Amino acid sequence: MAVSRLFGARVKRRDDPQLITGKATFTDDVTLPGVLYAAVVRSPHAHARITRIDASRARRHPGVRAVFTGRDLADRLAPMPCAWLVPGCELKVPRRPVLADDRVRHVGEGVAVVVAEDRYAARDAAELVAVSYEPLPAVINQEEATRAGAPRLHDDVPDNTAFTWTTTGGDARAAFAAADVVIHQRFTNQRLIPNAMEARAATAHANPATGELTVWVTSQNPHIHRFVLSIVLKMPEHKLRVIAPEVGGGFGSKIPVYPEDALVAFLARELGRPVKWTEDRRENYLATIHGRDHITDLEIAARSDGTLLALRGRTYANLGAYLSLAAPGIPTILHGLMLAGAYTISAVEYTVHGVVTNTTPVDAYRGAGRPEATYLVERAVDLVAAKTGLDPAEVRRRNFIPKEKFPYTVPAGITYDSGDYDVALARALAMVDYEAFRREQAAARKAGRYLGLGLSTYVEICGLGPSPVAGAVGFQGGLYGSATVRMAPTGKVEVMIGESPHGQGEETTFAQIVADRLGVPFEDVEIVSGDTARTPMGWGTYGSRTTVVGSGAVVTACDRLIEKGRQIAAHLLEASPDDVVFQDGRFSVRGSPDRSKSIQEITLQATLAWNLPAGVEPGMEATAFYDPPNFVYPFGAHACTVEVVPETGEVRLLRYVAVDDCGRVINPMIVDGQVHGGIVQGIAQALLEEAVYDRNGQLLTASMLDYAVPRAPQVPRMETDRTVTPSPHHPLGLKGIGETGTIASTAAVANAVMDALAPLGITHLDMPYTPRRVWHAIQQRGEVRP
Amino acid sequence: MIPAAFDYAAPATLDEALRLLRRHRHAKVMAGGQSLLSLMKLRVASPSFIIDLRRIGRLAYVKEDKGAIAVGAMTTHAALAAAALVRRRLPALAQAAEAIGDLQVRNVGTIGGSLAHADPAADYPAVLLACDGVVVVRGPRGTRKVPAGQWFTGLFATALRSGEIVVEVQFPILPAGTRSAYVKMKHPASGFAVVGAAAVVRLGRDGRVADVRLAFTGAASHAFRARAAEEALRGQEPTEAAVRAAMARAPEGVDLLEDLVADAAYRAQLVRVYGARAVLAALG
Ligand SMILES: Cc1cc2nc3c(=O)[nH]c(=O)nc-3n(C[C@H](O)[C@H](O)[C@H](O)COP(=O)(O)OP(=O)(O)OC[C@H]3O[C@@H](n4cnc5c(N)ncnc54)[C@H](O)[C@@H]3O)c2cc1C
Repeated sequence: MAVSRLFGARVKRRDDPQLITGKATFTDDVTLPGVLYAAVVRSPHAHARITRIDASRARRHPGVRAVFTGRDLADRLAPMPCAWLVPGCELKVPRRPVLADDRVRHVGEGVAVVVAEDRYAARDAAELVAVSYEPLPAVINQEEATRAGAPRLHDDVPDNTAFTWTTTGGDARAAFAAADVVIHQRFTNQRLIPNAMEARAATAHANPATGELTVWVTSQNPHIHRFVLSIVLKMPEHKLRVIAPEVGGGFGSKIPVYPEDALVAFLARELGRPVKWTEDRRENYLATIHGRDHITDLEIAARSDGTLLALRGRTYANLGAYLSLAAPGIPTILHGLMLAGAYTISAVEYTVHGVVTNTTPVDAYRGAGRPEATYLVERAVDLVAAKTGLDPAEVRRRNFIPKEKFPYTVPAGITYDSGDYDVALARALAMVDYEAFRREQAAARKAGRYLGLGLSTYVEICGLGPSPVAGAVGFQGGLYGSATVRMAPTGKVEVMIGESPHGQGEETTFAQIVADRLGVPFEDVEIVSGDTARTPMGWGTYGSRTTVVGSGAVVTACDRLIEKGRQIAAHLLEASPDDVVFQDGRFSVRGSPDRSKSIQEITLQATLAWNLPAGVEPGMEATAFYDPPNFVYPFGAHACTVEVVPETGEVRLLRYVAVDDCGRVINPMIVDGQVHGGIVQGIAQALLEEAVYDRNGQLLTASMLDYAVPRAPQVPRMETDRTVTPSPHHPLGLKGIGETGTIASTAAVANAVMDALAPLGITHLDMPYTPRRVWHAIQQRGEVRP
Repeated sequence: MIPAAFDYAAPATLDEALRLLRRHRHAKVMAGGQSLLSLMKLRVASPSFIIDLRRIGRLAYVKEDKGAIAVGAMTTHAALAAAALVRRRLPALAQAAEAIGDLQVRNVGTIGGSLAHADPAADYPAVLLACDGVVVVRGPRGTRKVPAGQWFTGLFATALRSGEIVVEVQFPILPAGTRSAYVKMKHPASGFAVVGAAAVVRLGRDGRVADVRLAFTGAASHAFRARAAEEALRGQEPTEAAVRAAMARAPEGVDLLEDLVADAAYRAQLVRVYGARAVLAALG
């Protein structure tokens, strides 16, 4: 394994200079000659029947070229598909038209689209489309939606329940019967809004000569976009090209293929002119997916010595009005299967109801199901510690899956690849100076100050993933990585990958890997992604998969080139291929280093093909598809300290320590960056963010004036460190790091706040821990006592 | 976020601006645009005519004038926060200006715009009230001076009459030994004041509180003076305990706002806590 020069180095991110200086091209920067602009008319009602649409005034508005309503499109476009058809849960996928044609089911659902010569005319004319609605009763809360008499959203989804999924492993009944301690707690993982800095956008161009349609779109997975668009547009895939230029953050919200993407493509094809649509922030809050939104009842069985025996629970997952692209898989496969966390909990019995409500659809948001699971199990561990009077760190140690037990199969049936949880926890405790903090905390309590420390010893599933498993769990796609490595005659290297990084840094880390592997200068390697016409079929960037599966494909393709180079070099050097060694970019004959050729020379020869050995094809290009044998399971220990100010209920973050293990590290600077961003998003769930609807389904937090995204001053300096436990099955020993921060940090902060409030007798509060909520909780407990 | 169509003029003189304002029925003046443009982009406001005040010279200044700090209406928050005169003589005003939004907003938003807009959660109103400031407006019938206590009349409502423009804000210079401070709890999303408190305090020769003026913003439909709390504090020793005890009366008689961030009970607590913090900060 070539882990020589660049692997492990703090190489600066290649894309940063363009991004920082505003030179990068985002979808909205793509402006084609003759482009028209689309504006979507959206429902102001959470639930209503559309009785009439009168677009005549809009059509007459200066500059307007076309108006389409849902009914105009019903026969022209197929409904938006759901692509994670989880089996064994009686899944129902209600029809989701590109534009509502009969009923609207959430505020912000599109009912018509206006196309005009400029953005202003389109927006003005959109206001002139007169839509008559007959309002229907709405239901917002997922538990209420399942009760008898609740308004029903879709005729073919009884009880508004799109699926009921259960995972069972071990004998929970016996475990609960044998338990010394049984704790019941209701938890919520509140609804969040992803808030990518770049809102969504799409622009499309139809080439009348070739019949080809090119769509630029803010996508995390252009090949999936093409796949799905071909279905919705009823158009063959080879006539569709999807390009994701720079994408300004996705966090899962740019996985789904959205109605507007299909609309823009349709309009360009229909009108014969390029069409562009760019979302505004309000639309982003109403029409781009939300995340989380679980209500969970959890029972925990434990022994008085802190041994965790079993978890039993039921979650109501709010899916919103329709099933977004991956929605069914998030609260089930990516959540329920991870419930046991890092512990030897021997039995799990867990049911998830996926419920439709009159709200914006919910899908994958950074961590997607795993932060929710980590929050549950990490809070559960702390509740057991509190109940048994044991130290939360000690309870964790007593229940960790021991290092020598890996690969370890949890009750839910998945197999963790490797782990050394004790070491990560020990490191985090040392960094935060656990014992000293506990002394400081005790002294502070005597003085009427409330300090708290929270731990989160998480493990997560990522590097999605083995395609046969994807198939078995109903994911309507493969999950392998793909790469084409092509060497130009001069020895420069283009690497086309099927994943679609958009800020995660693979432009840099993959170039590090390739430069090492092929022994070429780093500057000679270009990583190309985000264009279906240039890259091999691939499944995109999400689920912390790009580095893991992408690198598998990249190194395999590189190795094929090296093998080919060896054949050619042997021929030219008049040696046996077995005697040709490849090192630092040179093929040389074993024992006579002066008989050698550089990979660049060999590439030129391969390209010219004047003198190749028999049976060797010209060219230096190889494509590889890497289907991983298993997922990877990064883990770590995060520790957070807080102070709660009783008179205002404010939570002050004091320190944040993160020890993560993502196996071998290609670039520590990029890993730190991923960890930092993730932690901040997780802190935000604990302290700041919550999407709130009123009873009529109006989003009360529909702007950044109301919805609190985290800002730099609200976040403490993050102290990061790592342990290294390579994945045994990955060619480079890598694990994913894109989501760990979010997965770990919410629970760490939650545990810290609950620890701070423990002396007040408060054992549970729902997130986010806003000053108002914390203050009221303290008030309800009566006098603030030391 | 695209506003409805509007016409635009950037007059070079105040008189021209006043003339345009009289002539166009659905006109609005624009100062920094930091409140107006958001409303227009959300299409909450759709004025058909915008009169941009930024080309008018001599409306941005901070100077000492007849016993007052006179601030031109077009003075930006950033300029106010940086003005040596303000920092020295009226720290509460500098602190309020500094606590507004972010740097970009402070570089463009103006005090005149803020006071004309009368957002219930804006920062200046508390300072204007606590300092007994005066808003100077110019209209078709000349200039009038509106005392702080009469300026705020309701939610986003002021004593400004149609056709008038705010030209200056005056803050009487505090006698030596009188101290001021402004503190706020920032809204976690918008950064506006969930509650903001401005205190002006003078200790007598006996070391007791001789005079105190205390005003709050963010807590009610418009900023208000907390006279009961002022009364309770007058004559007291300036101890933390006395200040806190007096603040129990700060929310008295006020119809407190309720929103996602703070219900009335919690706002009342913030009024007590931030009132105390403002007084203690002023005392130093
Ligand atoms: C992101 C953000 C954060 C903010 N945070 C805060 C905060 O924390 N605290 C705070 O107090 N404010 C905050 N603001 C508001 C900011 O202070 C605005 O600058 C201010 O409220 C309005 O001033 P302006 O000069 O921008 O006025 P404009 O937006 O131009 O005008 C506002 C209104 O006042 C009228 N107007 C303006 N000038 C005059 C005048 N001279 N005479 C008569 N009428 C006039 C306009 O017609 C309009 O109706 C924030 C704004 C933004 C965008």
